[in-house]
Amino acid sequence: MKLNVGWFSFTCCEDSTIVFIELMNERFFEWRKLINFKYFRTFKSNNSIDDLDIAFVEGAISSKKEEETLRKIRENSKKLVAIGSCACTGSPANQRNFFDKKTKNEIQFILERFNQKEFVLPLADLVKVDDYISGCPMDEKVFLAKLDKYFKEFELINA
Amino acid sequence: MHDNLDINIEQLSKTEGHADLEVKIRKGKVEDVKLKIIENKRFYTQAVRKRHYSSIPQFVSRICGTCSIAHLTCCIKAVERCLDIVPSEQIQIQRKLSVYGMMIRDHALHLYFFCLPDIFNKDSIFDFDSSKDNLIKQAFAMKSAGNNLSKLIAGRAVHPTLQKIGYFSKIPSKEQIREMIDQLKNTREHVFELIELFYNSNFEFSRETIFISLDSKDYSFLDGSIVTSTGLKVKEEDFWNYLERIIIPYSQATGFKFSTKEYMVGALARMNLNKDKLYIDSKKELNQFLKVFPSNNIYHNNLAQAIEILHCLDHSIQLLETNDFKSQTPPKLTLKGERRGIGVIEAPRGTLYHHLEINRDSKVTYANFVIPTAQNQIKMENDIRLLLPKILNKQKHEIYHELEKVIRAYDPCMSCASHFLKLKWI
Repeated sequence: MKLNVGWFSFTCCEDSTIVFIELMNERFFEWRKLINFKYFRTFKSNNSIDDLDIAFVEGAISSKKEEETLRKIRENSKKLVAIGSCACTGSPANQRNFFDKKTKNEIQFILERFNQKEFVLPLADLVKVDDYISGCPMDEKVFLAKLDKYFKEFELINA
Repeated sequence: MHDNLDINIEQLSKTEGHADLEVKIRKGKVEDVKLKIIENKRFYTQAVRKRHYSSIPQFVSRICGTCSIAHLTCCIKAVERCLDIVPSEQIQIQRKLSVYGMMIRDHALHLYFFCLPDIFNKDSIFDFDSSKDNLIKQAFAMKSAGNNLSKLIAGRAVHPTLQKIGYFSKIPSKEQIREMIDQLKNTREHVFELIELFYNSNFEFSRETIFISLDSKDYSFLDGSIVTSTGLKVKEEDFWNYLERIIIPYSQATGFKFSTKEYMVGALARMNLNKDKLYIDSKKELNQFLKVFPSNNIYHNNLAQAIEILHCLDHSIQLLETNDFKSQTPPKLTLKGERRGIGVIEAPRGTLYHHLEINRDSKVTYANFVIPTAQNQIKMENDIRLLLPKILNKQKHEIYHELEKVIRAYDPCMSCASHFLKLKWI
């Protein structure tokens, strides 16, 4: 048995994905035994969001399409973990929320053209978030501790 | 042979960031190709306005997770030009090391994890059988060497904390440097296997291309003039005068032309234009591989990346072995009135341009960032257009794969490419 994991990125710079991939340097063979990556577009083209144990979600939500996808991920995941500052707080991906009127007018046509939401939002404004790993990028030590916690909770390693 | 075919690849895989590809074939002819960079914009061009110049380098580092060191370094260069700060030789060496660390890590990620599955006909490294375990170990060892080099010099490999305007706030200890040299040396032997894999690959898609890169005198990615395969040499501050911003209505990223022509930046451009400047010890062992260049084959971009890893390892070892690193004091930041500063460096994916203008109150009034993947966007899309007629006799899933493969060869970074407002809409 393995932990069914989905790894998702929304509006952000994908720095937490890079940190995660760097953490693999020392742990790939151990994690390969414990984790089944059902969705990880950075690494594979054959992806599925069905029946996830944990969804790690990076980035803030800035379009209606992203919101729909996030809701689908939530419905399909036992746990949803926000990783990195944009997912946890919206910032800095949400900087357009704070633009003055003139600058907002300047970018309005882009927002309309690409079906963007009026405000860029952190995940918890839209769905239930079970855990937060903050930092820009996410804090490595906190991530490893949380992953270990889930390995135990899902009985992949002994508590 | 497909007479009518619609291809819609949602979210190309094994790239940084998000892009879709739409293709329409009618009566055996390519009717439409759209490469859509679908990363949602974060409007950095606007967000930097009214901010104090000293906060900008760390801020724009957040444009991209994987090449944050490139954005940070390029932006520091632009700010320093506004302040008339000339970095010391030691600072330049530290910046080279920081950038070399990023190149090793970033190229290794792309080559081993995004490209090798194509060569071994697998979907991902997770599908490799145990016969490839050794190769996977080498991949992680190489990424780790790059990661640790950037960490040692710049504090972190992503959004580094020690690299500042005019100085580094901490220097590595002699013990740490010794350990780092050992790690780099241990990694070196594996690079040749990687180089051979891409050298022996029979993937090919070639067409006449204009290449552009900096001609750094030691292939260090940080300075020089902008040179083109058509023989032009342009100063960093004049680069923008040759560029034409092309609005692509369905893409969140702007495209660019250079003197009205489509062009390419990146490792292939650097190798084609500047291979003579590679580190001497690397060059000695690369003779047969370097004969490949200049090349128009887009898949040689990946061979060029592998060769660059060796250069970065060797030059880093030499720089660490032969330099004493002394603590630095922060320079006094003095702005003499309104200023304009331009920084150009070679990021992993090609020439990166940062232009800042600062007012008397030290606030940014204007910013312009020209991103490598955005510059390659038009050529990538045209490659798809020209490749399609050659592969229409293949099965649909093979066509999908060929299209993704050619885009992937560029090592595009969609996160970087978007996030900037298109000024005009057609």
